[in-house]
Amino acid sequence: MSEVEETLKRIQSHKGVIGVIIVNTEGIPIRTTLDNSTTVQYSGLIHQLSAKAKSVVRDIDPQNDLTFLRIRSKKNEIMIAPGCEYLLIVIQDDRGK
Amino acid sequence: MPPKSLAKGKQAQAKPKATRPGKQKDGDDMTDAGDGTDGDGDWGNMTKTLVKPDDQLDLSEQELKEEFTRILTANNPHAPQNIVRYSFKEKQYKQTSSVDQLAIHFALDGNMIHKDSDEAQRQRAKLGIPEAQSDHAVSEAGEAASGAQGGEAEEGKDEGKDEQREEASTPAPTQTEGSSGGKKLTNQFNYSERASQTYNNPYRERGTATEPPPRAVFSSNVTQWEIYDAYQEDFEKQEKNKEKKVIPGRKEEDKTRKRLTITETSGDDISRISKAAKIIERMVNQNSYDDIAQDFRYWEDPADEYRESEGTLLPLWRFTYEKAKKLAVTSLCWNPKYKDLFAVSFGSYDFMKQAGGMILFYSLKNPSFPEYIYETDSGIMCLDVHPEHPYMVAVGFYDGSVGVFNVEKKDGPLHRCTAKNGKHTDPVWQVRWQKDDLENNHNFYSISSDGRIVHWTIIKNELTFQDVIKLNMPEAPAEGPDGTKIATIGCGTAFDFHKKNDYMFVVGTEEGKIHTCSKAYSSQFLDSMDAHNMAVYKVRWNPYHPDIYITCSADWTVKIWERTNKSASDKNDSTDTSAKKPLFTFDLNNSVGDVAWAPYSSTVFAAVTADGKVFAYDLNVNKYEPLCEQMVAQKKKTKLTHLEFNPQYPIVIVGDDRGTVTSCKLSPNLRKQPKEKKGVAAPDPAVREQQEIAKLDKILLMVRDPTDQKST
Repeated sequence: MSEVEETLKRIQSHKGVIGVIIVNTEGIPIRTTLDNSTTVQYSGLIHQLSAKAKSVVRDIDPQNDLTFLRIRSKKNEIMIAPGCEYLLIVIQDDRGK
Repeated sequence: MPPKSLAKGKQAQAKPKATRPGKQKDGDDMTDAGDGTDGDGDWGNMTKTLVKPDDQLDLSEQELKEEFTRILTANNPHAPQNIVRYSFKEKQYKQTSSVDQLAIHFALDGNMIHKDSDEAQRQRAKLGIPEAQSDHAVSEAGEAASGAQGGEAEEGKDEGKDEQREEASTPAPTQTEGSSGGKKLTNQFNYSERASQTYNNPYRERGTATEPPPRAVFSSNVTQWEIYDAYQEDFEKQEKNKEKKVIPGRKEEDKTRKRLTITETSGDDISRISKAAKIIERMVNQNSYDDIAQDFRYWEDPADEYRESEGTLLPLWRFTYEKAKKLAVTSLCWNPKYKDLFAVSFGSYDFMKQAGGMILFYSLKNPSFPEYIYETDSGIMCLDVHPEHPYMVAVGFYDGSVGVFNVEKKDGPLHRCTAKNGKHTDPVWQVRWQKDDLENNHNFYSISSDGRIVHWTIIKNELTFQDVIKLNMPEAPAEGPDGTKIATIGCGTAFDFHKKNDYMFVVGTEEGKIHTCSKAYSSQFLDSMDAHNMAVYKVRWNPYHPDIYITCSADWTVKIWERTNKSASDKNDSTDTSAKKPLFTFDLNNSVGDVAWAPYSSTVFAAVTADGKVFAYDLNVNKYEPLCEQMVAQKKKTKLTHLEFNPQYPIVIVGDDRGTVTSCKLSPNLRKQPKEKKGVAAPDPAVREQQEIAKLDKILLMVRDPTDQKST
């Protein structure tokens, strides 16, 4: 098992983590731990959002780039990290503490 | 009949003009008309059916006979009568009396003239056409033509007999032909021979419908960064082209290399999100350890305000790794570049239970899992991160070898010495990087309990060694069982290089001795003394004061020493050096595993003991008692082995013999610094250093041996 796989596994097993989704450049989910419909919904919406966020960051300074995006909501937190060609989305519920 | 009827018509027409209103009653006229002609009967009947208009007046006989006279004048009723013109003579407008009364209702110019009129006569004379002759000729010709035709039709079979007639009749046709030919004259200017006309090709339409080119709707927003990227791409292309021109021979190599990289990357596509995964893992951790992170940043023990000479340690993250649980933390080292990253070496201090070793790199950002993991076959007893090249890590093994790891490479050590090239015969207790030598080679020192201090240099990917000093005991060599003399060797356990004079270093041994050595003299020590009753575990120079160092030992004590003036000690009591007294001695009631100066103050240090406690002192506040004595280990039997201050943040990391590293935050009382006056900029490092030295000197003055003071 590669190092990344291990990292993903650790994230997944981390306290409060609801789901991990990997989305490719077209917004198609490649890997998920959630059910199908939720995954599709998340990946479609977040793909657009992150593209927009990236555009904003890069528009302000073209040499800059988006590395991480987190959305805190009432119920949970969505963390988005754009990788080379993929988006890594993690939904964590940290209210439980 | 026509004239009669005409007259009658006229009569009838004239009559009604006058008598129309009483026409029905004028029976005489009617009957008269009816009697006159048969045809009139019909007409009469028809008049009877005339419809009388509804609004026709019924007039009596008298009224009908009444006469109205109408006078016709030549005046034009429509002619304007009020035309005025300005008279210049009388200087006023005057009505013009003469108005044109002529009204033309219809006018038509004709081009016909009467045949018998004079004009016609003249015209005829002018044209030279005799009136009677032409008429006559025409009629004659018409007869002759008809005659000829008839003759031809009748006697078409015997033409020869009638030649005369034909001759007679010929003039007429010729005449007619001539006249007709004259009429048919073509316009010679607007005439072309049919033969000269080219044939006009008929128009034809021919079309083929090709398949329409594929179309697609394309829309895009151009943004700043897209433009930037496009330029960047172009720039790279240009660069590549330049390179290609310079080295045409390497083209193919490059291509194959590219192919290789492509296949490699496409094969392992999930690894591309390794960076993203790392970030996410850290953030997930940050969320779940949010309270600790907040404490790390913001929590200051409020109780410190109310007590002068006490402080606390707030445990923050606890770093554990499953595979390292059975190993002891043998050394800790913060990364000089990334202040949140530290390296931990794992091994075993138990001679009977030696297993593998491990190096872990932890980040405060991810307390749940190490950033880097290296497993080794032998226990690792010490490590040091290069201060200028934070990816270089020197390690010392339990089996006596030393090695160098490159953090950027995941597989094993970069170098590792073997028995062939200078390996120690006992565990290596400490390694320490030195400044690069004159040839810019990386080099480090190691100390081992085999009594050697070895200088290692990395030259062209090879580790070369040089013995610097042998810790020979001054006593006479012991006699072996077979009578051979074996030189007793001091077992080095710790050393530290002077911060400024990097040729000088102090060495602690298992016998409790402290030697001050120089790199320059390999045969003798600059100074030597019996410092402790048991093994010295750590020696450290004060980060500010150039003459002060601290030692800790298994004999439960921590001692602070001043480097003596060599000449004085040599002259006065060279034999008495071993009796030298420390400036301070602290008894911690248990074996002291490690001691460390705080990087922010010359008077603060902390020590860890085997009973799981951390002691923190500030000499400036209390010279005898610790400000803080706190149990940090989770279980009572756990021994704390090492401790290290973070160079930037107010935290210490403490390692124990169960593979756990605990980070603790120092309360404000433990990190007192000279008060900065508000509004005054922070003093620059040089001034700050002087202040720290002065602070320590002030305290030292009080404890220095009075005899020493006299001599100096």
